Amino acid sequence: MKKMKLFGVVGGVLLASAAFFLTSADHIDAPGVASTSSDIADLYAFEGDNPNNTVLIATVQGPLTPGDVTNNAAFDENVMIQFNIDNDGDFVEDLVIQAVKRGDSMYVFGPIVPTATGITGQVETSGPMRSVKISSSDDVQVTTEDGMSIFAGPRRDGFFFDFNRFNAVISGSVAPEGFLPPDEASDFFEDLNVLAVSIEVPNAMLGEAPTHVAVASGLFPEGALPDAYNVWVTTKRKQ
Amino acid sequence: MGNYKKKAVINNKIKLDNMKTYKFPIYILTICAALTFVACSNDDDNVIEQVTCDDGVQNGDETGVDCGGTACEPCATALDFSGNYVQEDAMGRPGINTVFNDNDEDKNAFNVALHADRAVFAQKFEDRLEFYHDVYATSLGIDPADLDYETNILGLDAPTFAFVLANTDALQVAPNGTTTYYDGTNALTGRTITDDVIDISLTLMFGGTTGTRFDGNNGTPQLTTDGVDFGDRVVGSFPYLETPN
Repeated sequence: MKKMKLFGVVGGVLLASAAFFLTSADHIDAPGVASTSSDIADLYAFEGDNPNNTVLIATVQGPLTPGDVTNNAAFDENVMIQFNIDNDGDFVEDLVIQAVKRGDSMYVFGPIVPTATGITGQVETSGPMRSVKISSSDDVQVTTEDGMSIFAGPRRDGFFFDFNRFNAVISGSVAPEGFLPPDEASDFFEDLNVLAVSIEVPNAMLGEAPTHVAVASGLFPEGALPDAYNVWVTTKRKQ
Repeated sequence: MGNYKKKAVINNKIKLDNMKTYKFPIYILTICAALTFVACSNDDDNVIEQVTCDDGVQNGDETGVDCGGTACEPCATALDFSGNYVQEDAMGRPGINTVFNDNDEDKNAFNVALHADRAVFAQKFEDRLEFYHDVYATSLGIDPADLDYETNILGLDAPTFAFVLANTDALQVAPNGTTTYYDGTNALTGRTITDDVIDISLTLMFGGTTGTRFDGNNGTPQLTTDGVDFGDRVVGSFPYLETPN
C-alpha cells in the first residue's frame, strides 16, 4: 500500500467508527453498566507464587482517579462478584467463587457447585465462607485460610493502553501514522486505580481442567495446548 | 477443668497458625485480655474463665455462637445474603464487548447473554471485523471486497475467529503449565497482569497471517501495537496488583 493513500485511511476508518477499537479491557463497556457499581474493568487469571495455586483477580468500577475518588470508592453490598469456573468445556459454570460485601468486610463463598447456573443466582451460603476486612489504600488486609488467600480493596489499575493517542487516532488528526512508537506513546491508565478482588486458590479446590477448548474444537492439534479451565467473571445485582 | 482451659488456648493457637490475617494483633490482645490474671500465660494453674471461638456458647464480644466480635470469624448466619441476584456485566477475554459489538443494544445484551446464546453475536462479530476492513477499502477508493480481514497468526479465518471470540469468551486457564494470554510461545492459557492484551488483540485483528500486516512499516499505519507496555508497574506477591496511585 502507498503511504499517500493511507493518509486518508486511518482517519477515514476511525472517524467512521467512533466505537472502534479497544477503549478498555472491559471498563465502561456498555451503557447499561458504565459508571455503575457492577461495571467490571478486568479479569486476570494466572499461576500464583505457589505454582499449585491459581490467582483470580476481578477489578471493578474503574478507572478511578487518585485521591478522593479512589478513597471514597466502595464495593456495593447489592452486587455480587462471581468467578465462574467451567470444568467440562460446556461454558456453563461448574464451580463458583462469590464475593459479596457486608459492612466493612468482603465475604467470599466457594469454590462451590452453584445451586443454579445462568443469569440469576444466589449467594451460596452453604459453601465454605471466608472473609477479609476491605482494605484501604494504606491499610492492606489479607486473609489466608486453608491455603486460600483473599483481598478486596483499591489497587493501581494494571491495564495499560495509550488512550489519548487512541482519541487522536480516531479524530483523524494523526493519520497516517496510527499509534506512536514506544518512546512517544503514553499509558493513559498509568496513574489510575480500580477496586480489586484478588483470590488465590489451590488448584485442588478447582476440580478437573477440561481439554483446552481450542483443542477440543479442532482448532489446534491434540497436545498443542494444556488442559485448561474456562474462567469468566460476572457481576450480579440483588433484586 | 484445667485441661479444658488448656485445650482452649491451644485451639486458639491453632487458629492463629491457620489464619494468617492481619487480625493477629487484635486477636492476641483479646486473648491476653481474657487472661489478664495470668499475664498472658497459659499456665494451667492460673487460667481463669476463657472465652473461645469453639466453646459452643456466645460469650465475650461474640455476636453469635462462636462467631463475630474481635476474635472469632464473622457470623454468616447473622448477615443477610438472601435474595436473587441477576447478572449485569460479564467478562472473559479483554476488550470483546467494546470492540466487537457496535451499538448500545448489543453491548448491553452481550453482558447478560449466556455462552449458549451467543451464536447471534458470532455473526455480528464477523460482520464487525469485516466492517473495519471495508472502511479501509472505502477510504482507499477500492472495492471493499478486495481488502478483507486476513487469517491471523493463530490460523483463524474470519468466521472461526468470530466464533471463538463470541462463543468461547472466557479465559482458558491452565492449572499445570505457563499461564499467559500470549507470550510469544504459549497462548490462551491465562492472563497475567503484564500480558499486553491490547497489542495481542490488535495483532490478531490487523496483523494478518504474519502478524505484521498493518504494523507501521512499508507505508502501513501502525495498528498492531499502541506502543505502551507494563511500564513501571510492579507485580508483588499477593494480592499482586500494586498499591493505588
